[in-house]
Amino acid sequence: MAQMNMIQALNSAMDIMLGRDPKVVILGEDIGYFGGVFRTTDGLQRKYGEHRVLDTPIAEGGIVAAAIGMGVNGLRPVAEIQFADYIYPAYDQIVSELARLRYRSAGEFFAPVTIRTPCGGGIRGGQTHSQSPEGIFAHVSGLKVVMPSNPYDAKGLLISAIEDDDPVIFFEPKRIYNGPFDGQPDQAAVPWSAHPKGEVPDGYYKVPIGRCEVVQAGTAVTVVTYGTMVHVCVAAARSAGIDAEIIDVRSMVPLDVDTLVESVRRTGRCVVVHEATRFGGFGGELSATIQEECFWHLEAPILRVAGWDTPYPHAFEWEYFPGQKRVANALKRVMEAA
Amino acid sequence: MRPSRLHVPRYHAGPGEVADFSYLKLSPAGEVQRPDVNVPAAEVVTMANQLIRVLDDRHQAVGPWHPHLEPEELQVGLRHMMLTRAFDDRMQRMQRSGKISFYIRSLGEEAIGVAQGMALRPGDMLFPAYRQQGLYMVRGRPLVDLICQLLSNTRDMCKGRQLPIMYHWRDGNIFSISGNLATQFPQAVGWAMAAAIQGTDDVAATWIGEGSSAEADFHHAMLFASVYQAPVILNLVNNQWAISTFQGFAGGENQTFASRGPGYGIAGLRVDGNDFLAVHAVTRWAAERARNGHGPTLIEHVTYRAAAHSTSDDPSRYRPRDDYERWPLGDPVERLKGHLIAIGEWSEDRHSALTAELEAQVTAAWKEAVTYGTLNEAPRLDPHLMFEDVFKEMPEHLQRQDAELRAERQEG
Repeated sequence: MAQMNMIQALNSAMDIMLGRDPKVVILGEDIGYFGGVFRTTDGLQRKYGEHRVLDTPIAEGGIVAAAIGMGVNGLRPVAEIQFADYIYPAYDQIVSELARLRYRSAGEFFAPVTIRTPCGGGIRGGQTHSQSPEGIFAHVSGLKVVMPSNPYDAKGLLISAIEDDDPVIFFEPKRIYNGPFDGQPDQAAVPWSAHPKGEVPDGYYKVPIGRCEVVQAGTAVTVVTYGTMVHVCVAAARSAGIDAEIIDVRSMVPLDVDTLVESVRRTGRCVVVHEATRFGGFGGELSATIQEECFWHLEAPILRVAGWDTPYPHAFEWEYFPGQKRVANALKRVMEAA
Repeated sequence: MRPSRLHVPRYHAGPGEVADFSYLKLSPAGEVQRPDVNVPAAEVVTMANQLIRVLDDRHQAVGPWHPHLEPEELQVGLRHMMLTRAFDDRMQRMQRSGKISFYIRSLGEEAIGVAQGMALRPGDMLFPAYRQQGLYMVRGRPLVDLICQLLSNTRDMCKGRQLPIMYHWRDGNIFSISGNLATQFPQAVGWAMAAAIQGTDDVAATWIGEGSSAEADFHHAMLFASVYQAPVILNLVNNQWAISTFQGFAGGENQTFASRGPGYGIAGLRVDGNDFLAVHAVTRWAAERARNGHGPTLIEHVTYRAAAHSTSDDPSRYRPRDDYERWPLGDPVERLKGHLIAIGEWSEDRHSALTAELEAQVTAAWKEAVTYGTLNEAPRLDPHLMFEDVFKEMPEHLQRQDAELRAERQEG
């Protein structure tokens, strides 16, 4: 066991997989010689060579297309898109090609590509470095979509993603790269070393894709969330004095519906929380699925807490971000309902 | 001073007018030099504005690009081209009679798929667009299999999931055709990069139309191929038409498409795409160049889409009816036939006999294929198949939907 932040945990996952499997290659902008703008791939090119850890041109569509071709030729590529906000030039290659290749060729061709991409706000990134587009990809049949909320899951999920023969879009909430941010930017940053999930095994292990995790058991209300918002929700429930059961979704596709449903049937109340915009967001899918399965157990309408339906504004970051106050208010509303 | 005005490319001739191909830059057969395969791209920049041709107007093979193929090989090439044409012709008629929902012919472009397929090795990976069915003829996919795909029947290789002509063949090393144009171009480069990473000497070849070369994918492919010197042959089939839009709108009005190669540091060759011998020779050159570590080649094939874009298209609305007869580079089948006759290795009688034989072969394949069902006639594929292969293993939500559909169907 070691203390790792999320960057170190992700680096460790790639280091281990590059070492274990000669078919694993990593490619992306600034990731090789320099080691990545977030340092996630630091040292990997020196260790494994420039044929396995490739710097690429600034062309996300080209990066994903090349990764598909490599995957078809037997490699297991891990492509980094430097910010999730930059993923759109690759959208056609992801949606029309990567996601559909196995289907359209009736299983003859597939490309086991993992696309890693930092997402989310809270770093003064403005609208082009803060987005959370997981819902856009979760909507596409043929993609697995995951988002870890801590170093332990980040490493275990990334190893699972790399070994998976299906394409995986791997979102990394960059606000919690260095510590479990609970939504209060004015308070001193907490490092991962102060958090139990900062304890990460040095070696190989997997966290399965398609299983959510109950972060904290509770009886009053179920909070369904993921990414940075897991930590915000834990803090908000504590400050509101509500005995909330908090579930980290971790995997949007496939979705662990059973765990969510079991919890909501027990608590009878549910709040869905994510940082992404609300309208048409993944929270709508969570809310609708839970409603369909739990309607007769519900004591109150399911509420959603999300980013406002605007672009992520640079100067109003903390008014935009769904912080503790907004989450706590939703928890109180759902508890006050008859 | 006067304000800017948009330059809008003009059609050379429209319906009811006389076809005008004076815009084409041609070179006499045999005139273009043939450099060594390891020539630096910067030293062959001018080739992008020439036209490599081997067959002259008297059906003789001339010049440094003459590939000196055995007559038997040329006869095989002719057979593949004629089979492609017979197959296309029959499938077109079957679409018109309502048996197939959609079809795309390669009429006039047969030399490209066939000559290139023959010039490459079986282990070379092909990433075609939708008009290189000749590749399947060369690599020997049974016609029945292709027809079953067109019919979406019980033996459809795509299990009913793809439009007609979107074939794939893993064992034949031909990649799945995408309806989203140009996407295969950078994927082929990735495949070639992986070949280099893994230290094999296989090369990738891919095809794109001049129309879809406008997509960013084309530029990504060129850039990645150039940066990593990937062992890939990038074929741009300039058949002059993107549905109704002539090549001027894809940027071909004032410069050749081959000239985009030198801009990226890639050798750009321009070849008479209706000249079987020239296409074969150029492909050999590019394959040898790639296989020996000298990097990618962009090949512009100058050809003509003799038929409609697809069965959903009516070209009489946007171009002269007799344009193909006036196309200055002739017809690829007629030209190879003429050459074989000129060298005493073919005759009109043999040609007629082969035509009849191939038509019978296609007819027999059709008759067998329809016994496995058609899009509208039993036997049909099990709709359950739509849930398979979305993922390697079917996740729970798809299992539930699969069960829902089964229940829905049992209700009748």
